[in-house]
Parts: sequence; C-alpha cells; structure tokens
Amino acid sequence: MNPDDRKYTSEHEWIKVEDGDTERALAGITVYAQDQLGDIVYFELPQVGDSLKQLEKMGEVESVKAVSDLFAPASGSVVEVNERLANEPELANEDPFGEGWLLRVSLSDPAELDKLMSAEEYETYTAGLH
Amino acid sequence: MARGGGTRDTSKLLMERSVPGRVGAVLPESDVPPQAMPDDPLLRRDLQLPEVSEPEVVQYFTALSQLNFSIDTHFYPLGSCTMKYNPKINDEAAFQPGFAAIHPLQPGEQSQGALEMLHRLQGYLGEITGLPGVSLSTLAGAHGEFAGMLMMRAYHHARGDTARLKVAIPDSAHGTNPASAAMAGFEVVTVASDDQGNVDLEALHDLAGPDLAGIMITLPSTLGLFDTGILDVCRIVHEAGGLVYGDGANMNALLGRVKLGALGFDVIHLNLHKTFSTPHGGGGPGAGPVCVSEELASYLPSPVVARNGGGAEYSLSTPANSIGKMSSFHGNFGVLVRAYTYIRTLGKEGIESISANAVLNANYLMESLRDKYLIPYDRTCMHEVVFSADWQRARGVSGLEIAKRLLDYGFHAPTMYFPLIVHEALMVEPTESETKETLDAFIQAMRDIDREADEDPDLVRNAPHTTPVSRLDEARAARHPDLRWQRP
Repeated sequence: MNPDDRKYTSEHEWIKVEDGDTERALAGITVYAQDQLGDIVYFELPQVGDSLKQLEKMGEVESVKAVSDLFAPASGSVVEVNERLANEPELANEDPFGEGWLLRVSLSDPAELDKLMSAEEYETYTAGLH
Repeated sequence: MARGGGTRDTSKLLMERSVPGRVGAVLPESDVPPQAMPDDPLLRRDLQLPEVSEPEVVQYFTALSQLNFSIDTHFYPLGSCTMKYNPKINDEAAFQPGFAAIHPLQPGEQSQGALEMLHRLQGYLGEITGLPGVSLSTLAGAHGEFAGMLMMRAYHHARGDTARLKVAIPDSAHGTNPASAAMAGFEVVTVASDDQGNVDLEALHDLAGPDLAGIMITLPSTLGLFDTGILDVCRIVHEAGGLVYGDGANMNALLGRVKLGALGFDVIHLNLHKTFSTPHGGGGPGAGPVCVSEELASYLPSPVVARNGGGAEYSLSTPANSIGKMSSFHGNFGVLVRAYTYIRTLGKEGIESISANAVLNANYLMESLRDKYLIPYDRTCMHEVVFSADWQRARGVSGLEIAKRLLDYGFHAPTMYFPLIVHEALMVEPTESETKETLDAFIQAMRDIDREADEDPDLVRNAPHTTPVSRLDEARAARHPDLRWQRP
C-alpha cells in the first residue's frame, strides 16, 4: 500500500522527488501515520522560504487524539505549502499520499534520501511496530 | 433527562426559549432623571438577550446542573486523577468562620489559629513524604512541578554550576512534566522504559553527566507500576550531581507506607486535590504543595509558616534563597483547610488504609478482567491498572468506544490513550472509596461491553446512547467549530 516511487522516514513521513533536474520533492505523512493519529484537525507547517534539516522537527500535526511532531524527511527549503490543508486537514486522512501532501521542498542534498527507507523496508518496519 | 420540549429539555438553549416581550423581573420606576446615551460605538443597541421568565431560567439551569457527572453521583475511575470521595466534613471545617471569614491581610496576631493550622499541615506533609521542607503556596500539580524545577535550577546556580541544562523524563511521564521543565528553561531528554515498565537504567546511565540537572519521575509510574529500580535511578542521578524530582500525582498508592525522601527524592509536589480529597475536576481550585529535603528548604517558594522561638506564635516567612512567590498570599487556603481536616480525620492508621485499599481495589479490577482485557505490563499494579483494548480493537471496537459505552452503564470513562506507550490504553483508577459491590458492577459492565464487541459491535461503536447528547463528531467540532449562537 506504500507507493514505491518515494522514500520513508521512521517518523512516518514520505518524500518523493518530482523532478531530478530541479531537485524538487513533495513531502507528506503516510497512511500508517494518519491511521495512528486518527482524525486530523490541524497542521502547523513551516512557511515558504523556511529551511529544513533532515529528521529535525519541521512542524506539528494535531488530531483528536494527540499533538505530534512532524520531522523533515530531507534538508532543503520550502517552496510551497499545501494551502488546502488549512481548511481541509481531513485531506491528510483521506489521501495522505496524494491530495493530502504537506510541502514542496527544494532539496539541498538529494543524496540524503539514500538514508531513508524504501517502500518495502518501511512496510517491514511498520509491521514490526505495535 | 426528560425529553419532549419542556423546560427540562436542555437541548433547547435559553435564547431559543425567548418570547418577545416576556420579562423575568420588573424594575421599579427610575427615581433619577434619564440621561441621553453617549454616542459610543461600544454601546450596542442590537444586543441579543433572552426574554424569559424567572422560573424558566431557574428550571433551565437546575436541569443543566443535574446533568453533572461527579463523584457525588457516579463511580469515577479516571486513571491518574484519583477521583476519590471528598468527605463533607472537609467542607464543614473550611466553612468555620475562623477559617472562612479571615482576610490574608489581617495582622498575624488575629490569625494565629489559621497559621497554626497551616504550620501543622506543613509538618504532616513533611512527615508523610519524608521531605521536611514544605511550602503550601503552589496552586496545582503543574504549578508545583514548575516551582520544583525553579528550585532545582536555583540550587545548581547557587553552587556556580550553570552547565546543567538537561532534565531527564521517562517516556511514561505526565505530559505536564516536560512542559514544566521546558518552562523553567531546561532541555528535556526522554528516557525509555524497559520491558517491565521501569526506567531503563542503562539509558539513564548514558545521559547522566555534568550537564544533567536532574530527573522528573512519577512513582508509581503512569503505568500504575512501582519502579523496582527506583533506588538505582536516584543513585545514578545523584552520582552525576543531579537532583531527583518526584511527581506526587500517584501518592495515593504510597500514603503512610513509602517516604519518597527516604528513597532519595529531593523535591516533590503533592496534589492535595487528588490524594488528600479536596474537590477537583471542575470543582477545584487545587493545591500542589512542594516538599523538599533539608538541603533545599532555603529555596522554597514564599511564604512558609514559621513557628517563632519555640513559642506558640506563628508568622509568615520567606526562606533565605527563596525562588519567590508563586501565588498571592498562602495559596488556596480553603483547600488547605480541607486537606488538613482529611488528615486529622483519618490519623496515621487511616492514612495507611488509604493506600492499602486503593492498591487492593486496582488489583481486584485487574484480576477480574484479565481474561477479557489485555494487560500490557503484567505485574502486580499499584493504585491503578492500565489495560489495552487491543483484543477488542482486533474485533473492530476501539478503546475510545469502550470508554463511551461505559457512560451508558452509568460509569465515568477511564483515562484513554494514556500513557502514550500503551496502545489503546484504558487507565482505570478505582480509588479506595468505592465498595466491592460498585467494583463488581464496573467489572460486569466491562465484561458485558467485551461481549457486545462480538455480538453487536455497532452498539459499542455508536455509544453513548443514554446520555443527553450522544456521540459527538469530535473531528468536525475541531475542524469547523461553531462557537456562537446565531439567531435563525
């Protein structure tokens, strides 16, 4: 169920390179993440122009159950934020790998993605969690 | 509740009962000349007020008050909150004019009795905890935590040791612990629990160094378990030069049996509104006194009550290195009177029986439900038992839904989804004040709900059914809040 066109963090974010030349990538949370969170009600995301450092906190997600940190799947700068999430945070529940994306990032070090998990590795990883 | 549109139907707001021209009170003729209204934009002519009669207002608010779910009406096993019965004699004592009618700015010689009571309470709490320095002025659990963290910082700074920036906090901690440490300027480092639910000593050892200010630990832990490595936890932290802070939220398990000071704790807070039976949960206010070792007593928040020169004269004093005032005057005085009364009513043996019965009751629930509900950390528990609803979840019914269904059975829901390290957690704290019959009824309800999860899962999934308002759409309420009544 995890698409293999992208990479995964152990904190349940994904990142997908859209265009290798411009080093642009799309990031979001996984189906597993949204399932664990339950109904998402609010995202606190970085702003366009903010710089991210891989695996450091980049924002927060609030669900009816809890508030959790979001971690940057890669270093770079934010070029676009999914504005629809402000009024429709449920998009991240309904379609976390598509319409519910969080950020578009300009990668500063595309090689970093090698440190993340493949879809298959992530599948094994989440199966081992509770 | 009554349905059918009468005044007891609380689903209809007061505004919706409004009838144009109806009045609840008739004011006498004005005996001063009318004045022209100033042309002030703050004065609104379109102010919406309900036009209702006095009986309607009384009936409406009385009906609302009767919807209350409280310890005086229901069994309230809300884990980590110690919702024990609050004896009415506590209120009786607090209503005595000598306590109720004095003012904190009255001269000390007029309030010697009140000061003596506070002094004695300091002494009792010091004796119970084994930490003789006590300040009663902090107003709540997290307020006590914050005071404790400020004392920890002041203690290190006074020795010129300013490099201690980190505070270790177990992953089973109350959410307020990291918040209090961060507010006092510390960096929070999480310590994992081992597979027994104890603090992972190796992990603690690894981070205990010259930058460690101390640890914040709850004993028993929020898993309802006594950390059997607690002496090693205190030793490791002390050897690294740090202090041990105890979150006293779970003191109901230890009263009269374990002195935290003797285990090596340096500073703790108590929740009088939990352990010492003063009202809380909307019925507060609370009180979160801090208790410290002799070494830390000079840092206590101001004021403390001192007894002068061995005589019978009491006065307020400020400890030499005090972190300052944490509240106005002496804190929530009426709450302190209630806690004092509770201790005096029970005496030493009574205090010991609190922890004995609280622990017995929790273990009775655990043993009576272990065939139906998963116990993730299967050890003799203390004052509360943490179940996981994983077995029910596998059949399509979540912990949240079980909690909601309990409302239909007339029980307050347990704490859900906490501690965070337990999946589908249901944290049940029966306290010492319930009868075996009540506990048996609760056990039966939990068993019935488990059976319903098989036979009629939708009954559980859509619960509650008997409350004035049934299942609320929490997600929609948070995503699209409707905060203000609008005239249709």
